Amino acid sequence: MSDLQETTYLEAIRQAMAEEMRRDERVFILGEDVGVYGGAFKITEGFLDEFGPDRVIDTPISEAAIVGAAIGAAHMGLRPIAEMQFIDFIAPAFDMIVNFAAKSRYRTGIGAGIVIRGPCGGGARSGPFHSQNVESYFANVAGLKMVAPATARDAKGLLTAAIRDPDPVLYFEHKYLYRRIKEMLPAEEEIVVPLGKARCHREGDDLTVVTYGAMLYKVDEAAQAIEDEDGASLDVIDLRTLRPLDTDAIVESVRRTGRLLIVHEAAKFGGFAGEITAQVSEHAFEWLDAPIRRVTAIDTPVPYAPALEDYYLPQTDDIKTAARWLLSY
Amino acid sequence: MRDEPPCEDSTLNDLQPSDLRDIYRFMRLTRGVEERLETLFKQGHIVGGLYRSLGQEGTAVASAWALEDGDWLAPSIRDMGALFVRGLDVRDMLRQYTARGTSLCSGKDNTTHFTVPELGLLGPVSPLGTQLCVLNGVALAFKQRGEPRVCMTYQGDGASRTGSSHEGFSLAAALALPIVTFLEHNRWAFGTSSRREAAVDDWLDAASMYGVPAASVDGNDIREVYAAARTAVERARSGDGPTIIVAETYRMLGHAQHDAQKYVPAEELEAWRARDPIARLEAALRDEAGMSEEELAAIRDALDRELDAAVDDVLAEPDPPGEDARTRVYESAELDAAVPWTRGPVPGYEGVS
Repeated sequence: MSDLQETTYLEAIRQAMAEEMRRDERVFILGEDVGVYGGAFKITEGFLDEFGPDRVIDTPISEAAIVGAAIGAAHMGLRPIAEMQFIDFIAPAFDMIVNFAAKSRYRTGIGAGIVIRGPCGGGARSGPFHSQNVESYFANVAGLKMVAPATARDAKGLLTAAIRDPDPVLYFEHKYLYRRIKEMLPAEEEIVVPLGKARCHREGDDLTVVTYGAMLYKVDEAAQAIEDEDGASLDVIDLRTLRPLDTDAIVESVRRTGRLLIVHEAAKFGGFAGEITAQVSEHAFEWLDAPIRRVTAIDTPVPYAPALEDYYLPQTDDIKTAARWLLSY
Repeated sequence: MRDEPPCEDSTLNDLQPSDLRDIYRFMRLTRGVEERLETLFKQGHIVGGLYRSLGQEGTAVASAWALEDGDWLAPSIRDMGALFVRGLDVRDMLRQYTARGTSLCSGKDNTTHFTVPELGLLGPVSPLGTQLCVLNGVALAFKQRGEPRVCMTYQGDGASRTGSSHEGFSLAAALALPIVTFLEHNRWAFGTSSRREAAVDDWLDAASMYGVPAASVDGNDIREVYAAARTAVERARSGDGPTIIVAETYRMLGHAQHDAQKYVPAEELEAWRARDPIARLEAALRDEAGMSEEELAAIRDALDRELDAAVDDVLAEPDPPGEDARTRVYESAELDAAVPWTRGPVPGYEGVS
């Protein structure tokens, strides 16, 4: 057993990549400024020295070419990690992801085991093009897997699993958590968190709250306040993987509590909460004692000014208000 | 249209009379397969569209002739001939267009969209220009492993206008990948003239902006195509990076079977009909390689018999079972089985109608 070390969410991502690259020479990374510069957030700092230019590849600003090359390399048995400098920039690669990577196995029998990762999310005052949450853009695409870790342990374990996965995985790392989240993790020890399994973050009996990514911390804050102030206990599920969705974990909890609140940072209309709502309606309708509620961002682009962004993002008070409404329904 | 430039490349001499005969055979095979597909289309056996390469067989076959075992090739839909050169069974092409369950795509995709690693074939998808980006990754793997293998791909003038195409060229050049791209200037992108696709008269100008060698050839002259391909392939194999070759050619039919190409000037079509690559090769085989008309006819007759048998075989093969639509989305069959569950009974509600 190795010593525990204080590990940030960012460091956990870095460790997962470095450890997999040491363990498996087929793993390599390509993207904008990942080599000489060390990554826009310094996640790959030192990688070029350790692994060399064949495995840490600086590319032109060409997201379609980055993802395309990753797919082709995966066809040849390599295990590429394609970095989107900000996940907002995944849009230019949409064609390659949706039409090539996601459909490859289905069409041809040849899979595209690639990881596409990048910083998502708001709260960093970065405006409309460096703050988005893109999961629902891709949620309707069969063949993709999608991961959104909230903790440092999951950031490491899910990325390790994603790199080893035979299918294309979109890995959404929340930039607000990069240096704010610190956990004690065993140094140099392999952590693998299987894709498709949600985590019970808090056990409770009165209300199920389903969330993922950075919203977990606001949900936890709200749940603690309600427990302290109201004496009600919330069952908080951290999805970790969005596709394949751990419907069983959600349904089990809802059938126990009879109430469901879904919290995510992306906008509401067409958002991921809609799918969860539908699935719960199909699988647990008669166990529900209240309507399903969603707390999400408002239906606008992500604004820049702090006052605007704070209004845009779901806040702890919004979660508390919705939770209390459901508890008293 | 350019005048035919004289070809002085010494690699021309690589093509022996036996090569010319084989190239001829593959070009006739391609045309023969497509003619049969057209008949099958009229008979209602073709599922979806039929996209022919009439007039472009020379570029497809002679370019692929320059590759060696272990190389990879990503065709467009009008490069069927290149696939046969690389070892594709004629039946596999017929199965694709007739949506057989036995097809390389198991009935899940059409035309040349299959990927066959054993033959080094990467299928394109319908959004154009994308296969260049993916083939770059194959070339990157060769380069990383230090393997002297080469990739070849094709795009029409229309496809070359996509962002993916530009990004693909740009990355291939920046990383000096072993990849040869044929830009097939076949004059028409569906119903739009290439003059409307780009403000260039000479498409070599459009191909010359990536800092890699670009050449222009008469795409209907197999010896010019082969010579340029051979030079580019050797260059890529020796680690000197990509080449773009503009093949001046012509799409002799509409975009697909449904397109009567009414927008094409008749005189343009006639001018290019006189430059048919197969007729030109036949003339060369007679005049330069000393083949008799009987010998040429014998090749065609043998192909006819082969194709008749192939068509009969493939039409007798089964459709895929409908429920196969659920399979192979993910590597895990368990995961595939979980995907469409909302259509069936819902757990907890099995008894509810």
